[in-house]
Amino acid sequence: MGFYLVQFLGGLAQASSLFLVAAGLSIIFGVTRIVNFAHGSFYMLGAYLAYTLAERMGGAVGFWSAIALAAVATGVVGVVMELLVLRRLYRGPELFQLLATFGVVLIVQDVALLIWGPEDLLGPRAPGLEGVVRILGRPFPKYELLLIALGPIVLGLLWLLFHRTRWGTLVRAATQDREMTAALGINQTWLFTSVLFVGSLLAGLGGALQIPREAVNLHMDINIVVEAFVVVVVGGMGSVGGAFLAAVLIGLIQAFGILVFPQITLVVVFLFMAVVLVVRPHGLMGRQQATARGAGHVPEAPIHASGMMGRVAAVGLLVVLAALPALFGDYALAVLTEMMILALFAASLHFIMGPGGMVSFGHAAYFGLGAYGAGLLVKHLSGGMVAGLVSAPLFAGLGALLFGWFCVRLSGVYLAMLTLAFAQIVWSIAFQWYAVTGGDNGILGVWPDGWASPRWAFYYLSLVLCAGGVLMLRRVIFSPFGYALRAGRDSPLRADAVGIDVRHLQWLAFTVAGAFAGLAGGLYAYSKGSVFPTLMAIPRSVDGLVMVLLGGVQTLTGPLVGAAVFHALNTEMVRYTDHWRLTLGVAIVLLVVIFPQGIVGTLARLPFFRRKEA
Amino acid sequence: MMLDSPKTRSRRTVLTHLLRGVAGIALATIMTGIVTEASGGAAAAEPVRIGEINSYTGLPAFTLPYRNGWELAVAEINANGGVLGGRMLEVISRDDGGKPDDAVRVANELVSNEKVDVLAGTFFSHIGLAVSDYALRTKKLFMAAEPLTDAMTWEKGNRYTFRLRPSTYMQAAMLVEQAAALPAKRWATVAPNYEYGQSAVTIFKQLLKEKRPDVEFVAEQWPAQGKIDAGSTVQALAAAEPQAIFNVTFGPDLARLVREGTTRGAFDGVSVVSLLTGEPEYLDPMKGEAPTGWIVTGYPWDQIDTPAHKAFLDAYQAKYGDYPRLGSIVGYTTIKSIAAAIEKAGSTETEAMVDAMKGLKVDSPFAQITYRAIDHQATMGAYVGTIAVKDGKGTMIEWTYADGADYLPADDVVLKRRPQ
Repeated sequence: MGFYLVQFLGGLAQASSLFLVAAGLSIIFGVTRIVNFAHGSFYMLGAYLAYTLAERMGGAVGFWSAIALAAVATGVVGVVMELLVLRRLYRGPELFQLLATFGVVLIVQDVALLIWGPEDLLGPRAPGLEGVVRILGRPFPKYELLLIALGPIVLGLLWLLFHRTRWGTLVRAATQDREMTAALGINQTWLFTSVLFVGSLLAGLGGALQIPREAVNLHMDINIVVEAFVVVVVGGMGSVGGAFLAAVLIGLIQAFGILVFPQITLVVVFLFMAVVLVVRPHGLMGRQQATARGAGHVPEAPIHASGMMGRVAAVGLLVVLAALPALFGDYALAVLTEMMILALFAASLHFIMGPGGMVSFGHAAYFGLGAYGAGLLVKHLSGGMVAGLVSAPLFAGLGALLFGWFCVRLSGVYLAMLTLAFAQIVWSIAFQWYAVTGGDNGILGVWPDGWASPRWAFYYLSLVLCAGGVLMLRRVIFSPFGYALRAGRDSPLRADAVGIDVRHLQWLAFTVAGAFAGLAGGLYAYSKGSVFPTLMAIPRSVDGLVMVLLGGVQTLTGPLVGAAVFHALNTEMVRYTDHWRLTLGVAIVLLVVIFPQGIVGTLARLPFFRRKEA
Repeated sequence: MMLDSPKTRSRRTVLTHLLRGVAGIALATIMTGIVTEASGGAAAAEPVRIGEINSYTGLPAFTLPYRNGWELAVAEINANGGVLGGRMLEVISRDDGGKPDDAVRVANELVSNEKVDVLAGTFFSHIGLAVSDYALRTKKLFMAAEPLTDAMTWEKGNRYTFRLRPSTYMQAAMLVEQAAALPAKRWATVAPNYEYGQSAVTIFKQLLKEKRPDVEFVAEQWPAQGKIDAGSTVQALAAAEPQAIFNVTFGPDLARLVREGTTRGAFDGVSVVSLLTGEPEYLDPMKGEAPTGWIVTGYPWDQIDTPAHKAFLDAYQAKYGDYPRLGSIVGYTTIKSIAAAIEKAGSTETEAMVDAMKGLKVDSPFAQITYRAIDHQATMGAYVGTIAVKDGKGTMIEWTYADGADYLPADDVVLKRRPQ
């Protein structure tokens, strides 16, 4: 009995730590609609700052003031990010700020390494709470009891802040209707800044409170941020109480799950999220997500098939691409091949994000499934490349068909997080099913057939398949199917009224996008010679999002340009500097500020490129 | 929100247009940059070129000391006139970003553009395997420095790949010897949830059962790497009342596990044998809280007084003003091995170097090591000892050097596991 009680309390302590981080994320999203990837970075910063301050000051007073100071300082960093970057982006396309926060993640990673060095830093224990108390005869750390108490206390304080102060009332008003709030003379600019402060402060506090429990290290940011998102979404976006409930459930499921099935640690959180979202599409305590009025998202202008000029340019580009093998060496061709493959991947993601109106945080699942479709064929049936390239889109398409059925029942960030959950489930299967997939050691020897082995031959093969894939996706967008899809995105009710089965269309679109991502994944596998679970891991999905957003989600060529630019920056910076994450992060932030509609999206609005209104 | 007045707006528009123009040009330059510059390719010059790949950003705690190690070896060799009667070593180093596909790309860049003679490096097992497969494909010698997976030299072994560090099997076997001598019969295991952790536990169980048929394994925990819920994991282990624990976690997970376990007294009266915990990379961050009494593999750098190690230690400290970590030894010995292979082969031609690597003897700071012809595994060993705390720092006591050659299975077992 004592054992289960202590295990229960351990789960609660874990839940409290998770809740502090998630609460900040939830508040920031609820008010500003920013998907803040940098939240984990703030958590890590809070921990590092608290470590340094606690070591400097020493003693009980020093320790607790270090925690408080670290939290406040992290809040200030959040404010700086808002002032310098995010503030310029509120009028950008939905999710565009995500791109800037991704840049901040990269910057913080390198800056933390530069300041605090590579070694893990084990901080002091909490003065006065070093020991244990006996609970039914079992030892339980005192500090964990403090954490358990802190969760509900912070929840209560936040409730008071939002419901009993003028600031809270204003924030809630702005959450629901920005235009009306502005019309009443409320300066939202400082309101958003203050929300960023509170949210980042909570992240910093969560990190600072970890120092008695773990060594501060450079992976804390990545390790927490996804789980924090899961908590927020399972609880219901913007619902702090929901986040608390979700954190408690996840903490307890983890604590007891490892007793029953120890191997489940990789996936348990995502299984839980998938089940919750399938049963409750808006999370445990969330409500139908009303589009915040005046959120700055201008309805998308209709897209047009390219005119004469565009077609000439496209043909010209193809001719240039076809001529390149005559000029370039092996490595340049390999990088160009990767760019084309990633362009197809980005185009397939854009297909559901743009015309489909469904954001996916887990599109890498289909890229990876395609790669495994090819790899498994090689591993188990010794199949050739042609068979592999056929099975890649089929495999991925089937996966998308299955998962899409669940996903299209949701919308907005919930849909995105469900795709993430499925991606993580597929990833953990590939990661753990050694007999079939080779586990994390992957599948080797997935090389092209003899005729396609020379780099130039594989380059042409990729050019044909990727250009073909991109053109087919375009064709679909301008077919009746594509028009109906966009109608469903822009006005589900009206689309439904004219007899369009929106959900069915979205399901098909999801499958099509999955199949093309799979084709890209299959090609990628043959270009690398091996398949690993990393191909379907979260960073790959994020890369896809970055490419689409960087290029411009509201354009058709944007994703292609985004893929080329991002991949070029990535490969080049790795070659020339140790601090490529810092330079890449700064480059992304600058691009985002300079091109607030994405590169193509912004260029297309310049007078020179602007289409004459018909 | 943020409505600008018309006046500031127009000024800003001009400015942003200008900025956009500049950025557009910059982008175009970068794009043409890679393409033109990449096609150039350097002509094979006088120096011997070594292409080195590692997870510098992914795992700096190990790879930065590792880089110091190989830089020291390069400096030493070049100061003595290089190899092959006057050819200098030149290392072209790249970050793999922690991703196997990126590693294959930079390997390709090093081979096609930089025209390197040898590939070397890598930390993570899956990245090592990806590069090894690329080396097989392009027929380049690949000196895998650090990846531990047994597949590297056995199931997925190939003609062109050699591995320096003692494999998971060897290190687990070293600890089994110690574990079998303990009175404990009830064992529990805790290991990170991926291939390294799983094979370590499998091998440990199998070898220990062979030596001690009377032991039983009563609990196992598989925390996700980097995300251990230490309290619950410790509690779950303690609930099975083991007499001994085999630990494979390392890095931040280990620190959390140790702190939670110590606080709750979960390790009192329990023997713990633990992989890698004595390596300075993982031991030093725990400072005075290092788990005393744990039996570990590691590297007691401050106590080894063989002439070979003393020479290395002095040179390292003179050059960097810091003490070496295990990574430093790995980096240093990797380059020394390549230089030795080139000298023995008498050329930098791949097939000649591969043949030279088989049975090659190299003096490492630990001891003389041999690259076995049978499976391309080096016989580098590890120090096995017990953790103690001295002057507020963790250190190893009662350690001995376990020579890797003594902890490899019989040749017929190896031959069965390695494709011929």
